[in-house]
Amino acid sequence: MKIRSLVSITDYNKEEILEILNLAADFEANPNRKTLDGKVIATLFFEPSTRTRLSFETAVNRLGGRIIGFSDSMTSSSVKGETLHDTIKMVGSYADAIVMRHPLEGAARYASEISPVPIINAGDGANQHPSQTLLDLYSILKTQGTLENLKICLVGDLKYGRTVHSLIMAMSHFNPSFRFIAPDELKMPDEYKDFCRKNNIPYEERTELAGNFDDADILYITRVQKERFLDLIEFERVKNVYTLKKSMLEHTKPNLKILHPLPRVNEIAQDVDESPKAYYFQQAQNGLYVRQAIVSKVLMNVPIF
Amino acid sequence: MKRLQVAALRNGTVIDHIPANKLFKVFAILDLSNCTETITVGNNLNSQTVGKKGIIKISDRFFSQEEANKISLIAPKAKINIIKEYEVVEKRLLSLPDEVREIVQCVNPACITNHQPVKTFFNVVTENDETHLRCHYCERDVKLEEVKLK
Ligand SMILES: [Zn+2]
Repeated sequence: MKIRSLVSITDYNKEEILEILNLAADFEANPNRKTLDGKVIATLFFEPSTRTRLSFETAVNRLGGRIIGFSDSMTSSSVKGETLHDTIKMVGSYADAIVMRHPLEGAARYASEISPVPIINAGDGANQHPSQTLLDLYSILKTQGTLENLKICLVGDLKYGRTVHSLIMAMSHFNPSFRFIAPDELKMPDEYKDFCRKNNIPYEERTELAGNFDDADILYITRVQKERFLDLIEFERVKNVYTLKKSMLEHTKPNLKILHPLPRVNEIAQDVDESPKAYYFQQAQNGLYVRQAIVSKVLMNVPIF
Repeated sequence: MKRLQVAALRNGTVIDHIPANKLFKVFAILDLSNCTETITVGNNLNSQTVGKKGIIKISDRFFSQEEANKISLIAPKAKINIIKEYEVVEKRLLSLPDEVREIVQCVNPACITNHQPVKTFFNVVTENDETHLRCHYCERDVKLEEVKLK
């Protein structure tokens, strides 16, 4: 029997993505179900990420499962030099599934090849973070009523931002059109533009934010990090140009929703929070239902509602 | 008669048309420094096809197609001739393998394979007429010209 891990969003086809989103909607309607009764789920966080860990652990708790694991490798055996291989083998003999976050890229793929139980990737360095992508899709579906034929503007760090790259891959099943809005230093890599061309997905590129999203259904904003800039004066300029303010929303579509993977720093001004178009806090909350769906699916323990 | 630039070989393998700057990479990929047979090497010879070229002649060694295909990773235009009694009895055509395991190192410093005892594994991907290796673990693309051997 093939073990069903979730390492990368491309591990799921269109039907499997839709299955997760449907299941998440069921969990949102009724989050407390004892479908994981008697199951033990390990959460191995080799680097800390409180937000993601609490979301997964709440998901397991609401399904009646139990949690073992660690939240920081400084307190775990890997600090004593144990290999990832040995940690996964050991924990895999105790738990029914492993949720893991690791600073090295490819760690989750490797773990999925040696683990006796399914692996759920909760982030491997700058590589993949599929539960984030699925909660983004769920938020889009929930607010727009559909995933088909949407206009999506991606803003900010499009060069290093893994969430936007995964979102392009996942949305490619649903006939989207994209606008990439980024400073020259952080433009969308050719690899993803080639991917769009090959899949007949229209895209445009802009370097200014203001006035460039009045036709959008989704405005997906990512953090522009100081470390990405060699020239700090350029960073200060970009930071100010790429801050979304409430006044910029005046001519946007009524169904527009603003998403952000959080935490935000200053990409979105506080006054945007009071707009009904701000959706980033609900987006984070949706992560709980999506993670309930993911854990249930990898354990093939899908409840009948 | 064309003057031979490197002495003739009785039995063995000739790897010709190696770009001069790739000669020692070919040497490494075939692990020739551990080979005990006679090896004759020429480098910076004039070539019509690759500018300055290198050539390696190995006595009494015959490579499998799999071994030969490793050469295509670093010198896709190289030619391999099998010699028996001073005659070319077979010309091996090189083709890129579908997968490359162990011999190549991932260029991504944050890749798991550069930190833990994990054997490297790349898929050979051709997109827009360009061939590169894609790391099975970190998913980073490695261009053929930046291939680093382990
Ligand atoms: Zn790699």
